[in-house]
Amino acid sequence: MNPLKRFIEKITKGILFTSSMVTSVTVLLVVLFLFKEGLGLFNQTSVEKHLVIAVNPLNPVSALSSTEVKSIFNQDITNWKEVGGGDLEIMPRSIDELAAAFTEEQLGEGFKNLAALIETYVNENPGVIASIPESYLKSDFKGKLIPLKKISVREFLTGTEWIPTAHPAAVFGAWPLILGTLWVSIGAILLALPIGLITAIYMSEVAGPKFRNILKPVIELLSGIPSVVYGFFGLVVLVPLIQKLFKLGVGETALAGSIVLAIMALPTIITIAEDALRTTPRALKEASLALGASHWQTLTRVIIPYAKSGIIAAVILGIGRAVGETMAVLMVTGNASVVPHTFLEPVRTIPATIAAELGEAPFGGTHFKALFALGIILFIMTFVFNTLVETVKTKKI
Amino acid sequence: MKNKNLKLMALALMLPAMMTAQSFKIKGSDTCLPLSQAEAESFMKKDANASIAVTGGGSGVGLAALISGTTDIAQSSRSMKMDEKLKMQEAGKAFKEVIIAYDALAVIVNPSNKVSQLTREQLEGIFTGKIANWKEVGGEDLKIIVYSRETSSGTYEFFKTHVLNMKNFAANALLMPATGAIVQSVGQTKGAIGYVGLAYLEKNVKALNVSYDKGKSFVQPSVAAAMDKTYPITRPLYYYYLTKIEKTVSPFVNYILSTEGQKLVEEVGYVPLKK
Repeated sequence: MNPLKRFIEKITKGILFTSSMVTSVTVLLVVLFLFKEGLGLFNQTSVEKHLVIAVNPLNPVSALSSTEVKSIFNQDITNWKEVGGGDLEIMPRSIDELAAAFTEEQLGEGFKNLAALIETYVNENPGVIASIPESYLKSDFKGKLIPLKKISVREFLTGTEWIPTAHPAAVFGAWPLILGTLWVSIGAILLALPIGLITAIYMSEVAGPKFRNILKPVIELLSGIPSVVYGFFGLVVLVPLIQKLFKLGVGETALAGSIVLAIMALPTIITIAEDALRTTPRALKEASLALGASHWQTLTRVIIPYAKSGIIAAVILGIGRAVGETMAVLMVTGNASVVPHTFLEPVRTIPATIAAELGEAPFGGTHFKALFALGIILFIMTFVFNTLVETVKTKKI
Repeated sequence: MKNKNLKLMALALMLPAMMTAQSFKIKGSDTCLPLSQAEAESFMKKDANASIAVTGGGSGVGLAALISGTTDIAQSSRSMKMDEKLKMQEAGKAFKEVIIAYDALAVIVNPSNKVSQLTREQLEGIFTGKIANWKEVGGEDLKIIVYSRETSSGTYEFFKTHVLNMKNFAANALLMPATGAIVQSVGQTKGAIGYVGLAYLEKNVKALNVSYDKGKSFVQPSVAAAMDKTYPITRPLYYYYLTKIEKTVSPFVNYILSTEGQKLVEEVGYVPLKK
């Protein structure tokens, strides 16, 4: 071999190696970034970073959970005795309300008097609970600061309330979102798998070439439709239909999401499964028929087992599309963050939550990190799905 | 070669900026977006030197960009929060606030609903989930289904502050990604209630009369009622900019406040400051 050829070969090898390395490293970095941002949530409290919660120095209450803070500022808890204090009405005050209690003159130029005014206000009103920016807290603040507990993994995973905009303490409970995602995805798979596989088998084995030539492009066209269009279709056609059919108050339900997702996953499942079925070598089929097996027996005993790995790939890709799909689901599931009990209730999925809320979540803040933590959950869910399918595949059912 | 191309491209991008005195960016509220776009287009038609880039993203995003210095004007559908004012203060930036127009929110229900008026207290009860059936507010025995915008929307914040008294929406409220989706859903759901900007009112939904004085007087949402401030769920739309660039942006801001600019406000579907 001449040296030039050898040189080119080496270069090609190098390029191949680098490109595969770059791809793997990128994937790893993305995952690393996701985990870094998401896990950061668990060493923060649910109150925004620069805020502190303060009460009157004489108040016996010395610790509150973030749910309690939320309920207090929501005026669901109105008396200190409900959270272990004396029989006294609670006066929740945000920084806006504190500032509004004074005139501009009192506040002074550039709010220079604000810190002192806040301190007096907190000390004079026994029932007050105030959220104060750290920078406006006097260094010798005489009020009592209430330390909040850090968000725990357990609280995040099992909490049933998701109120990211509650002020000053947000509530992050991902349980309804996790369930919502699972319900919609599982529903979609249950609908799409049988229909998809049956269609694929029909197209590869039963349908005549003429019909197949029409059917295949039509099905492939389905995958070219943008997901927003599916969402609109779902909202305008499916939702009212479900509402009438089941005589429901609301048509935006998990079922609507599942049906839309099933329609979206169908082209992937059908095309890939059909391709796999059709790659069965002619010799195998003919051998089976020559042994006296019927067409049906050949199909179930020879063709499907041979195409098994392709069919499983179709399933993985279909599931992948369903779990991660955002836009269409956002439009038809109603997005209420409540724990679903039936398929005929509104649900909020993780991708929809991330897409809808990331725009306004302050960069690097608690809400931002909570959304990344949701991303980790989603990642783990797809990872488990894929591993399951892989194990089933290698076990040779 | 590639480098040269890049430089050329950068130059081409910078050229308009260097040539005109009036080149600036507007960022923020999606509610203000159509208005700012219309105003900027018509302003640029009149003044060939001006170049204005308008982007959305939400009121909070715009104000954050103003603080960090990545936009010249922040458009916002709510006033600046104390928190943000303090941040501006810390950054040592003086700013100006201008109200460019008003927007009124209408509370809408399905046309088949017999209820045609509600007080603020009833609305608070309904949207926070304490009132769950229409018969509690004088309607038929039907479950109330609450539709709201997503939490990232300025409209959501405004409704929460002015109608819900800072309380949180009910957990089972359905959050819709767009105003159009709320109109569509309320139009096809019998027990539904939602809120949308006046510009989005359509025949397939019914707008409720609202009372802010505990039921003494109910006002129908309309541009006229919003202008004379009798309709209570009205919000100002703001522009915020730094005092030091006032010279650059004031021709545009003055244009919006002019008779011509305010006429455009009405055409786009918002409430002008005055007739």
